Amino acid sequence: MNPKIARHVYGWLLFAPAAIFFILFTHYPIVRSCYLSFFNNPRGVQPRRFVGLANYAYLVNDPIFWQALKNNLIYAFGTIPVTVSLAILMAVWVNRRMTGRAFVRAAYFTPTILPMIAIANIWLFFYTPGVGLFDNLLKSMGYSGRNWLGDPDTALLCLMVIAIWKDAGFFMIFYLAALQGIPKDVIEAGKIEGAGRWYFFRRVTLPLLMPTTVFVVFNALINTFRIIDHIFILTKGGPDNATELLLYYLFQTAFEFWDTAYAAVLTVVIMAILMTLALAQFKVLERRTHYQ
Amino acid sequence: MQIEVRGVSKRYGKVRAVGNASFSVEEGQLLVILGPSGCGKTTLLRLIAGLETVTSGTIHIAGREVTDLPPDKRNISMVFQSYALFPHLSVRENIIFGLKVRKVPGQEIERRLARVIDLLGLGDRLDSKPGELSGGMRQRVALGRAIIAEKPVTLMDEPLSNLDAKLRNSMRREICSLQRRLGIGMVYVTHDQIEAMTMADRIVLMRDGSIIQDDVPENFYEQPANTFVARFIGTPPMNIIPLCATTGGAALEPGGEILFPGIDGNRFKLGIRPENIRIAEQGRPAVVTGQEYLGSDTFIACEINGHELIVRTRGRKTMLEGTRVHLTWDPHTLCLFDAQTEQRLESLPPGRKEG
Ligand SMILES: Nc1ncnc2c1ncn2[C@@H]1O[C@H](COP(=O)(O)OP(=O)(O)OP(=O)(O)O)[C@@H](O)[C@H]1O
Ligand SMILES: [Mg+2]
Repeated sequence: MNPKIARHVYGWLLFAPAAIFFILFTHYPIVRSCYLSFFNNPRGVQPRRFVGLANYAYLVNDPIFWQALKNNLIYAFGTIPVTVSLAILMAVWVNRRMTGRAFVRAAYFTPTILPMIAIANIWLFFYTPGVGLFDNLLKSMGYSGRNWLGDPDTALLCLMVIAIWKDAGFFMIFYLAALQGIPKDVIEAGKIEGAGRWYFFRRVTLPLLMPTTVFVVFNALINTFRIIDHIFILTKGGPDNATELLLYYLFQTAFEFWDTAYAAVLTVVIMAILMTLALAQFKVLERRTHYQ
Repeated sequence: MQIEVRGVSKRYGKVRAVGNASFSVEEGQLLVILGPSGCGKTTLLRLIAGLETVTSGTIHIAGREVTDLPPDKRNISMVFQSYALFPHLSVRENIIFGLKVRKVPGQEIERRLARVIDLLGLGDRLDSKPGELSGGMRQRVALGRAIIAEKPVTLMDEPLSNLDAKLRNSMRREICSLQRRLGIGMVYVTHDQIEAMTMADRIVLMRDGSIIQDDVPENFYEQPANTFVARFIGTPPMNIIPLCATTGGAALEPGGEILFPGIDGNRFKLGIRPENIRIAEQGRPAVVTGQEYLGSDTFIACEINGHELIVRTRGRKTMLEGTRVHLTWDPHTLCLFDAQTEQRLESLPPGRKEG
């Protein structure tokens, strides 16, 4: 065989195993979902029928979808700034020379290695009306407790607190790595020039952490559309759809209501959101991070 | 006196990085700290800058004790070996960083910036990021940041070591003339003896954390404190060969001609610079063992009694290995070192006229 062709074949053979699984479990389902979103559900012996944009029209008029989207945005923009600020704060804190530094770092990181289901169960106990940690604290201070997860006003907030608690430690690790990547002599140059701690942080550290922040913010954003495990344990989307997030709504549509067609539409919408975010991240990272 | 270092020591656990160092820098003087790698030069400079705290001893800058003050209270500026520029800031912002910290008024900043840019020729690169500049340009930005502060003392840690030989030569001259023009006191760390010899008003030579010699450059060459200094300064280094005891004095070989009458040869070593030896018709017999041609000079290696001596001759010379030659020198160019302590003897015992 022509050696050039042989090399191509060799290359494709190496690529094939990964490609096959990727196509099977990622690309094919995407295409199939897009396709299904233009059909209705098969009923009994009646096969599925092409309905054009009818499913999408339904989406636009579905109040629960809009509620879920709104919840998702509140969830994202309520958690991410807090998570990122906390992560930076903790990273700066544990990056200093102090006794027990390794222990503190590990402690901050622990929530990240626990499964979300386990975390949800721990927090379920914290939030339990009457006997939970928060109610006990309130009672000891003389206030009456409340049904944290059962109240539409506080349920989403409860989930957000958990997300912050879980992610801050994880993102701290990235910031810690970035902080350690700042050259020692740059920090010393700041000292020679007389920059105070806060001034130096604002003018040097924070800008140098920018690539990490971009990475972390986009990942956190994507995560808010992806991670819903705790909803299963804590609220199941309720009360009154107060904690309905897009992916959880998709799950319910597909596996509780068995509305395959509408689930396909929701899938396409979530996919579009995630892809936009991923592309935006690459664009921003490309533009912002060429310092060296 | 601009800087005064008195009995300063620095330990890192068991490691003694600097031991009992004392020296001073006069106003407007350029002092070079010279020494081989790991001898404690950087540590000493960082102690002066306040980036490290002394284990013992005191440091005065401009008559004020600064031993326990942080760097920004010491009235100094510093240029780091790796430049330490802020990678996300433009050249302009890098240079004026310190002025902004100190809230110098905008007009004053512009005035000083214009002057520094003029001095360093950075005019057209003001908006570039450090990453877009060549090594030499970055070096200038780092210099600019130090100069614009208008501090009476500037510290530099091997600022030229990342540059190629040609650029290093020109930057060396630029730094020197800047220092003279601005009249700043400067402490300059290097391990390059040529930088030290050409730039310094005064050199402090270190080894293993201790100061070996603190002197003007010419004395390092002509009156090295010991064999270490003698061999550290000069290319090729000074020839150091042990003397032999012979009846009546010290000679280069047993039974050879007496160089130093009336002294015990076994207790001393002889030192002589390669350029002070001549190949002549008469003198000490030697055998040629090799040569190195450098263009303007040729180094010829000779052997006397199993000890190698390098002779520096002008221009191009061809001498076959094994050729028998005669070496001669002026007696007053000889140095005598104690074989035990390696220290140079201040007064040379009178030798016999060579011929
Ligand atoms: N932070 C530190 N912790 C422990 N030991 C150190 C530290 N800094 C320096 N040393 C030690 O102190 C000694 C002197 O180091 P220093 O960096 O001052 O040498 P130097 O003369 O600047 O060398 P070079 O020419 O390689 O830069 C070395 O043995 C080094 O290992
Ligand atoms: Mg050094």
